[in-house]
Amino acid sequence: MIGESYALFKKDFHSELRTRYAINSLAMFIIVAISVILFSIGNETITESLTAGLFWVVIFFTAMSGLARAFVSEEERGTTLTLQLIASPTTVFSGKLIFNLILVFCMNLVIALLYSALFEKFVVQNFPLFLLTFILGNIGLAVASTIIAAIIAKAGAKGTLYPVLSFPILLPLILTSVQLTLFSFDGTSFEEAQFELAIVVGYDIIMLTASYMLFDFIWKD
Amino acid sequence: MIWKIFLFLLLAFVSIAGIAFPIVEKPSAWYEFPFIPGLEENAKIIFFHVPTAWLTVIAFLLSTIFSFRYLRNKNLDEDAKAHSAAQLGMVFCILATVTGAVWAKFAWGQFWSWDPRQTSIFAILLIYGALFALRSSIESEDKRATLSAVYSLIAFVTVPFFIFVMPRIMKGLHPGSADDTNAGPVIDFKMNSNMQLIFFLSLIGFTILFFWMWRVGYRSIIIKDKINKQLTSPLAG
Repeated sequence: MIGESYALFKKDFHSELRTRYAINSLAMFIIVAISVILFSIGNETITESLTAGLFWVVIFFTAMSGLARAFVSEEERGTTLTLQLIASPTTVFSGKLIFNLILVFCMNLVIALLYSALFEKFVVQNFPLFLLTFILGNIGLAVASTIIAAIIAKAGAKGTLYPVLSFPILLPLILTSVQLTLFSFDGTSFEEAQFELAIVVGYDIIMLTASYMLFDFIWKD
Repeated sequence: MIWKIFLFLLLAFVSIAGIAFPIVEKPSAWYEFPFIPGLEENAKIIFFHVPTAWLTVIAFLLSTIFSFRYLRNKNLDEDAKAHSAAQLGMVFCILATVTGAVWAKFAWGQFWSWDPRQTSIFAILLIYGALFALRSSIESEDKRATLSAVYSLIAFVTVPFFIFVMPRIMKGLHPGSADDTNAGPVIDFKMNSNMQLIFFLSLIGFTILFFWMWRVGYRSIIIKDKINKQLTSPLAG
């Protein structure tokens, strides 16, 4: 099953390399979003908590602009039925999840690098904590957006619906991640941050389980 | 019929008693409410705010249960029940938000302050809104029922985070919050017996009203579906 999921991921990866649709649009979106924020800040110096918040705002909207493609592209090309015939729902979901995970990690890495270059308050004191938050937050973001993307694709690919459906689901993750990012700026130790870390780990596990259980119902209709 | 009259009398009594009974320092007559420090005259809104918030949660729970049952047996009647519960939940959610905001204005000084429970009810409002947006975007009945059932189940698994986790992250103003030192649940020891009686009567009255509205709601959806099917099927007439 792992081999099949990997094959599915490779298919998506090659078709992405051919068109470069997601990569190009995501890169441009990141630049546009960050420049809008920089223009609106102007010469002001913003606080650390605002920087942490704005960091996750850009991550959220970038994810919303790019991750819906995973399933929508299959519906657009009319390849959904073929996939339903050749692979089990679990395999399909795993393949799409791997693709979205890699996409989320790449885009968030770019966002983090740009932030550390452009925002003077984006100074990470506790780097291991920031890295852990970053990884766990990205996993949660990828899982929740993949399952919502599957719903959206079946609902007829309504673009505006995607952030509307995703936001309430992602709200606990984003609020906690903002808090943890702020902790890493302040140099808070792991012991003090362990409750928040436990929340994010719990969120990731619960979302992953619920997504695998419910994907069958979305995929088979 | 008889229980509808009973419900009318009950809610009429609760409304009149809740609004009109005076709050005094030392209650002596049966209709006088005690003066609770910190709540003062605002205490009366408790008879209307708590039941609406309670029914928001009940409606959400019912909607999730019937969504789950729909996914198990694919019976569209279950979907009608889930949808009707969600509709009513939205109504009660708005009422709870508005009564809560009014109360917050007089008790805490501003309409909205992102207290954990205000955040949670805002998230529930968003979930209901997203659910209706999703439903209205899908034409096919079976697909609409399946996708909205899946969405409400995914939304439901995030609820523990709002109930148990948010109070830890944010500062709370509601009684029973993590950093709340003086109050604790108001119901137990600050209300006197007649206030408690009216509070629980109000809770019971609004709950019966909810289940009645829910029954009317889902039956009308089921009947509407049936008529639609008769009109559109080629064998009709």
